[in-house]
Amino acid sequence: MTDEPLLRVSALSKFYGSRVGCENVTFDLWPGEVLAVVGESGSGKTTLLNCLSTRLLPSSGTASYRMRDGQWRELYRMSEAERRFLMRTDWGFVHQNPADGLRMTVSAGANVGERLMAVGDRHYGRIRATAVDWLSRVEIDEDRIDDEPRAFSGGMRQRLQIARNLVTGPRLVFMDEPTGGLDVSVQARLLDLLRGLVTDLGLAAIVVTHDLAVARLLSQRMMVMKDGHVVESGLTDRVLDDPRAPYTQLLVSSILQV
Amino acid sequence: MNAQSTDIATYNFAYLDEQTKRMIRRAILKGIAIPGYQVPFASREMPMPYGWGTGGVQVTASIIGPDDVLKVIDQGADDTTNAVSIRAFFKKVAKVDVTTETAKATIMQTRHRIPEQPLTAGQVLVFQVPIPEPLRFLEPRETETRKMHALEEYGLMHVKLYEDIAKHGRIATTYAYPVKVEGRYVMDPSPTPKFDNPKMHRSPALQLFGAGREKRIYAVPPFTDVVSLDFEDHPFEVQTFDQPCALCGAENVYLDEVILDDHGGHMFVCSDTDHCEKRRADGHHGHLAPEAHLVPEKTEPAE
Repeated sequence: MTDEPLLRVSALSKFYGSRVGCENVTFDLWPGEVLAVVGESGSGKTTLLNCLSTRLLPSSGTASYRMRDGQWRELYRMSEAERRFLMRTDWGFVHQNPADGLRMTVSAGANVGERLMAVGDRHYGRIRATAVDWLSRVEIDEDRIDDEPRAFSGGMRQRLQIARNLVTGPRLVFMDEPTGGLDVSVQARLLDLLRGLVTDLGLAAIVVTHDLAVARLLSQRMMVMKDGHVVESGLTDRVLDDPRAPYTQLLVSSILQV
Repeated sequence: MNAQSTDIATYNFAYLDEQTKRMIRRAILKGIAIPGYQVPFASREMPMPYGWGTGGVQVTASIIGPDDVLKVIDQGADDTTNAVSIRAFFKKVAKVDVTTETAKATIMQTRHRIPEQPLTAGQVLVFQVPIPEPLRFLEPRETETRKMHALEEYGLMHVKLYEDIAKHGRIATTYAYPVKVEGRYVMDPSPTPKFDNPKMHRSPALQLFGAGREKRIYAVPPFTDVVSLDFEDHPFEVQTFDQPCALCGAENVYLDEVILDDHGGHMFVCSDTDHCEKRRADGHHGHLAPEAHLVPEKTEPAE
């Protein structure tokens, strides 16, 4: 690990007219670190994620990213071409609904291979071999490689989306409720898989979730958001076991104990 | 003009008014300046339905002059409805000479073929294009495809070819096969068979593409690189035919299948009728050609 962060976010705010999306968010993300952003719906987590991934432009504030060559670049000053290149090489974005992140009308293999072709790989055999490898890493049988994602279950689609994002070896992955809409046993397997991949690949990730169990399992650090503001942040275990802000206490005590 | 001197409405030369022609010429010039780039233009209603070549007709009308000689082909043939009626249209509204001979034509409007006879400098080939956007079926948003062209993000085009190989074991796209023009823009060569793609590469003729319904014009200037997309381990290749043309015996030309009867009889003949007729006039004949004295006189262009 290096002694420099991967991403530096400073006083980031996004307003929708007079409404607050998120306000004055500041944090650093270190290489290999998983940061969970939790909060109820409407608390601004997804707005923050969209700003960080440059899918939305913030109203004010800055975010700098350390490129592979060690150069710091300010995200909102990069040209669109550079941002889009970054998005499909060094970053990944896992949507809550896999249909948003996948091409539903092309095969699983092509979905995984698209990023490779986008960065200039023009060897069919190699692209296919990489796709097979990645499908097996996300526990999808090799014989499903030519099926369209439409024929996949929800959990498989989500795993395919993850493979599609990780195939170019990104250093930073954004995840928006990666386990939303899946049943609990599938969630558990997906979380297990994600945790393994993140550790093996040394990925940094920002995971937006309303599920505290996801935060507990995946993340080292977490931020709790309410009404567009960060109300508490710290190590995940500390925040969950010893919540200090009244809202965090409410959130933690709202979990049903089975 | 005295209204009694003619009993039909009179049109401006080549049907379109001069301002419209200027507008289309500007789009054509821009297209030539940026090979392969789709230039939007204010497509006009033409006296024919969309899909019948309204784009090609507007391009032809804008570049044709009184001294031009026009040839129109439809799937390679000079004698099918579309070709005959467009030829008659320009004969009427521009009073130009028309021909079916590739060598004599200065402007050729084509629907989905490039003549077999190599084109020469000074000739103009006008393509009728139904869908100009090669990325359309992969990415339906026009805003997004224009951005992809602008940023040269063409990985998606290979996704289509990947799908072909995954499904069929080879690149099964046989027409509208995507090409890269002058190393920059990916272009749909209109639904010509991929057999014709190599003819576009460094062609001495000017190639213009008009899409009337989609309101786009693009161009390949003479001697421009046109490279068909492929994979390193699945290179681009054109169709091959097992047998020569049944009428003229030509090999290495694009053949159409013609049904002869309802007992499964069929033959393969040149899709380029002019090329086939010329070869037969020169004494070539295939295995189904009628006896020499029965070969009809070369047909005159239909009115």
